[in-house]
Amino acid sequence: MTIEEGASAVAAAGAPRQGPRTGRVNPSRWLALGFLAPALVLLGAIVVYPIVFTVIRSFFDAAGTRFIGVGNYTNMFTDSQTLVSLRNTVIWVIVAPTVVTALGLVFAVLTERIRWSSAFKLIVFMPMAVSFLASGVIFRLVYQQSPDAGVANAVIVSVHDAFAPPSPYPEAHPRPAKSGLTAQKTAGGTAYVTTSAVRPGQTALLPLVGMKDTDLPAGAKTAAAARAAPGAVTGTVWLDFTRGGGGTLGRPDRTEKGMPQMTMEAVSGGRTVATTTSRDDGTFTFSGLKPGAYRLRLTADNFAPPFGGVTWLGPTLITPAIIGAYVWVWAGFAMVLIAAGLAAIPREALEAARVDGATEWQVFRRVTMPLLAPVLTVVFVTLAINVLKIFDLVFIIAPGSVQADASVLALDMWRDSFGGGNDYGLGSAVSVVLFVLVVPAMIMNIRRFRREQE
Amino acid sequence: MTTVTETATPPHAGAPRRGPAARIVGRVGGGVLRVALVIIALFWLLPSFGLFIASLRTQADNSATGWWTALTKPAQLTVSAYQELLSGGWFVPSFWNTILITVPATLAVVIIGALAAYAFAWIDFPGRDWLFLLVVGLLVVPIQMGLIPVAKLYGGLGLMGTIPGVVIFHVAFGLPFAVFMLRNFFVGVPRDLLEAARMDGGSEWTIFRRVVLPLGMPAIASLGIFQFLWVWNDLLVALVFSDTDSQPMTKALQGQMRQFGTNIDVIAPGAFLSLIVPLIVFLAFQRYYVQGVMAGSVK
Repeated sequence: MTIEEGASAVAAAGAPRQGPRTGRVNPSRWLALGFLAPALVLLGAIVVYPIVFTVIRSFFDAAGTRFIGVGNYTNMFTDSQTLVSLRNTVIWVIVAPTVVTALGLVFAVLTERIRWSSAFKLIVFMPMAVSFLASGVIFRLVYQQSPDAGVANAVIVSVHDAFAPPSPYPEAHPRPAKSGLTAQKTAGGTAYVTTSAVRPGQTALLPLVGMKDTDLPAGAKTAAAARAAPGAVTGTVWLDFTRGGGGTLGRPDRTEKGMPQMTMEAVSGGRTVATTTSRDDGTFTFSGLKPGAYRLRLTADNFAPPFGGVTWLGPTLITPAIIGAYVWVWAGFAMVLIAAGLAAIPREALEAARVDGATEWQVFRRVTMPLLAPVLTVVFVTLAINVLKIFDLVFIIAPGSVQADASVLALDMWRDSFGGGNDYGLGSAVSVVLFVLVVPAMIMNIRRFRREQE
Repeated sequence: MTTVTETATPPHAGAPRRGPAARIVGRVGGGVLRVALVIIALFWLLPSFGLFIASLRTQADNSATGWWTALTKPAQLTVSAYQELLSGGWFVPSFWNTILITVPATLAVVIIGALAAYAFAWIDFPGRDWLFLLVVGLLVVPIQMGLIPVAKLYGGLGLMGTIPGVVIFHVAFGLPFAVFMLRNFFVGVPRDLLEAARMDGGSEWTIFRRVVLPLGMPAIASLGIFQFLWVWNDLLVALVFSDTDSQPMTKALQGQMRQFGTNIDVIAPGAFLSLIVPLIVFLAFQRYYVQGVMAGSVK
């Protein structure tokens, strides 16, 4: 059939017809053609012919001039980038449908007897109406690294800090020279130790810089010089910085504030013999020390860098993070399908089990679940097919620098052929692999349809 | 048929007998359940709400503090990002492109699909069953299979980078589902109605227009809304077949993603504007959309 024939058939079909049909051939054959022509032309040119073309193209090189057999396929399965994408696709196909189906089941069961379940379902289903681009933007925002931008890390950091308060002086440090303090690596991070020893009855001055006076703990008072006391090491730890200049380096001036709550240790012969904490004016006292030489150590926990949250968009967590966004989008779909399945379960079966004395959990496990199994399978398979072709969400959420780590087959296909790769041979091969992976679903659809027809 | 709005509480035939203890546990459990569901619902709303609030803040505010600070300092809220976006000269054309792509692609799929579906349902022709099985088979074909050959085809026809090119691709890949869904619905039209119309001398075209189309409206509505949202939300087809003059919103916004942090004042309002139409369509026709999605689960 040609396009012209199809078009004229449409015109003929469209013309009003009078009288009984008299045709040499079965008229409905041509009539059917008229109705079918537009669809067949489009399907033939844009879907069927490309399938054949892509399969053939996958055996040619990038330029399409040289037949290279299975070269593109061997390239694919030896190329480290494609292997990463294959691995990610496998993770996606296993994890995403499982989590979405499970969550859908939980939601469907929980809302079964709630009066406002329709409102709940509406909210959870809503992301299905929105583009993956918009969902991707939404989650790119959620996953921002800074706890001052991404809500995920904001929540995690505030929960973390509620249980493990952040260190008071994450950025403070001594001046590089002539401060009397030197950095020391310890298990907990960087501590600072006095370079010279102090003895009981002497005082020590421990000046630090590197932070703003406005960031000091609320109770901080003007730094005071400590008085010497017999049998004790005393001293001052303070922020040796005067706003706008002035002040004497290494001396607690009137304009400078003490650093309260600084945890410090007196060390002798490598062992910690006493610990203390500085007061609001920065003074501290190690009392009851035996005569001898001590070094003072400002412990590392004073200076621990703040907990910055989870690196969602880094190379390790990127795939789970994007799967999280996918779950947010598709949970509503699973929930609605499974809820319909639940509603279709005959009440008598459940009541019979309850009358027989089964607990609710037993009813769910032994009666509901088996009856629901076909629906769960349909949901799972549908999601698996959908996930195989996932492209937009990965493309949008993964920042350029980790896109290679997050890539999946469908994204690879685009990158290889259009997004800079310019290799139609390789791109075709990746498409064919995707196609082959959905063939089981295709056969299943055809079988199911034929069964329904009989 | 499934809908979101359907109240999924079939009358509980004869509540099971329970002791008072079980009843108290049940009531407390019910309270916990309700609270849990409210929390889940809020959790589901939170990310989109965040985007909305972020779109109402300045770039400076967004890079200094999280969007949630606007909840306690509502003075931050401003529509300046929207004003700037709409006067910027690239977003508004892309919005029109989205409409120019989506509306024809939806109409064409519905019309061409309905014609073919009618033939498959009610006209006898040789090879009908085989042809229809082919359509069923095409349902799951990944669009990746079409991108490279159609790009070559369009190159020859001058359709590359044009709106008709994008539309035609969407129509073709939307057709298997359209034909499949509508044919299954049309088959359910009572045979008597068609026979009567044929006896009255109505042509197939008349029967199609006067009998099958009106009866098929629910399915056509489902298909139309499903297809509308599908095309509106597409990114991949637009990336391959449209250029900067014919690009829809999704592609235009994707181009801004490279510097997400510094472009948030463009991306957030743009993304929000791009999702507002689908959201309205969904809320207005949720019943039809859910039916379409459920039927489309084979796709």
